[in-house]
Amino acid sequence: MKLLVTFSRKEGKKPIIAQVVRDTGVLVNVERAIIDSSEGEALIDIPDESCRVVKDKLADLGASVRILEEEISLDENECVDCGACISICPQEVFSFDEEFRLRVDAKRCVLCGRCIEICPHRALSRRVEI
Amino acid sequence: MKKTIHQINERIRDGNARVVTAEEMPALVAELGEEGALAEVDVVTTGTFGAMCSSGGFFNFGHADPPIRMERVWLNDVEAYAGLAAVDAFIGATQQSTTREENYGGAHVIEDFIAGKAVELRAISRGTDCYPRRTITTDLLLENLNQAIMCNPRNGYQRYNAACNSTDRVLHTYMGMLLPGCGNVTYSGAGLLNPISNDPHFRVIGSGVPCLLGGAPGMVIGEGTQASPAGGFGTLMVTADMKQMDTEYIRAATMTGYGVTLYVGLGIPIPILDIETVRSTAVRDEDIWVDIIDYGVPSRDRPSIGKVNYAMLKSGHLEINGEEVRISSLSSLRRARRVASDLKKWIESGKMPVCLPTRRIDPSKRVGPMRETAQGPRVLEIMDRRVITISEDEPIRDAAKKLLKGETNHLPVINGKGVLVGIVTTYDVSKAVVNPEKISHVRDIMRRRVITTTADEPVDIAVRKLEKHNISALPVVDGEFRVVGMLTAMDLGKLFGGRWLK
Repeated sequence: MKLLVTFSRKEGKKPIIAQVVRDTGVLVNVERAIIDSSEGEALIDIPDESCRVVKDKLADLGASVRILEEEISLDENECVDCGACISICPQEVFSFDEEFRLRVDAKRCVLCGRCIEICPHRALSRRVEI
Repeated sequence: MKKTIHQINERIRDGNARVVTAEEMPALVAELGEEGALAEVDVVTTGTFGAMCSSGGFFNFGHADPPIRMERVWLNDVEAYAGLAAVDAFIGATQQSTTREENYGGAHVIEDFIAGKAVELRAISRGTDCYPRRTITTDLLLENLNQAIMCNPRNGYQRYNAACNSTDRVLHTYMGMLLPGCGNVTYSGAGLLNPISNDPHFRVIGSGVPCLLGGAPGMVIGEGTQASPAGGFGTLMVTADMKQMDTEYIRAATMTGYGVTLYVGLGIPIPILDIETVRSTAVRDEDIWVDIIDYGVPSRDRPSIGKVNYAMLKSGHLEINGEEVRISSLSSLRRARRVASDLKKWIESGKMPVCLPTRRIDPSKRVGPMRETAQGPRVLEIMDRRVITISEDEPIRDAAKKLLKGETNHLPVINGKGVLVGIVTTYDVSKAVVNPEKISHVRDIMRRRVITTTADEPVDIAVRKLEKHNISALPVVDGEFRVVGMLTAMDLGKLFGGRWLK
């Protein structure tokens, strides 16, 4: 399951993720992280059963945490199955089935947003459910 | 054995014609042999669905009261060409909105009309004795127009070169997003389903031949613009009535960072008259080869990094320099198949008879480059030849002195052989003064990845580099990477008032 962790810069200087890993023993996979002058955001992937303990620990350390249920959403009325998204996705979310219909494996998505930006038909968008 | 077009049409009329798609044909020929396939098959249908920038349409809006001779026309803020007559205009698919830029354009106007949406017409005029009105604004539906005739100067490209990018930065092109270091390959085209690939010598495709365009029955006008059939890059000019079109087969799109385009569905029936048409329609994806062009080279004659066929492209993967690279198509094979199968149904049901060209397209034509009578400015002509350099072993203080004395903000750093190894700016020096720490020499603060230009590079390309990297100067280097000049944003000012400003 994927968690979107945001923290202020003050906390950002502390090794929050490392501390969570050490204290909980859960192996956290950081899939994306952006840290600028005022705040930071990290998208992490953890085993479903460890959600509670990781979430609580992050909250204790001052970060706010959201569970990401849906990652990328395809509007089938707009999509023409061109496949422009297939080769630019770093996570290989997109592929063709046997009939050259676009297949979306949203679970792999790390919300980098590249496909949303380049879809010629504006058929992709970010749908976040908390 | 030969068949006449009349025999085929008789069978179409009687509902007995045997129609197959271009995808089904190769296996059928393999099974029945050429003579067998000729006896069996009457028509092969083709189809393609992809971005076809060179598309558009003529509109006639009807006369207002009092009447206006429209001199400039906008449809949903997209300008249409009105230099035709009082109330006619041509909208080009790639023309962009004056208010929404690349998010809306002529292609969207066409799609909105076909989707049944209202489109705002705005027009202005000087006013004349016969057409006194000066402005008009009105909402129009497709059904309110007298004519809406799609007329696409260049559609159905026979094949199209694939694209990649050898540079170290992302490129946004009409071939989609190209990742650095040849990180992906993109292509367009339906391969064996493409109309011209099934008749490369234009024996049966030509002026007057029927087609399915945007879901509507249409017609091939003739040779398309930029057609180069001798080199395997034929194109077609096609037309059909927008009022009969379907948005399943006409879709506006935006190639991010490039602009608006129109995805068009086009299919042409190929009557199977003789052994030659059997052979040409038995074409397979494996037979249709294209180059992979490196779009990282910003000139007309971009280099090819290799050849691929459509079977390889459709596989979705390719090996480049020992690494597996993913492939994106930009056209839709699924919809191309649908166009071909729709066309098959049209013919099977007797709705569309076939015919031979009233005028043939010359298959020996080859496209030529533009004749340029004046060359655009080159870096050589505006660069600053006065080059002040520094070596990496000198103290930062000396760099500061040189910057001040030379009244410049950029110091190229060179090694003992005069070869460019880095660059130092006033910003880097100021930063070093603010945070002295342990740094003392040029090598500690210089940037090692220098964006450069060459003396014979067109200024437009150099300007693109400045913009793309958000920098204000480029060292001009020779073949040995020695600095021969500097091109700064200041030098660009020389273009104004000079002989380039005509």
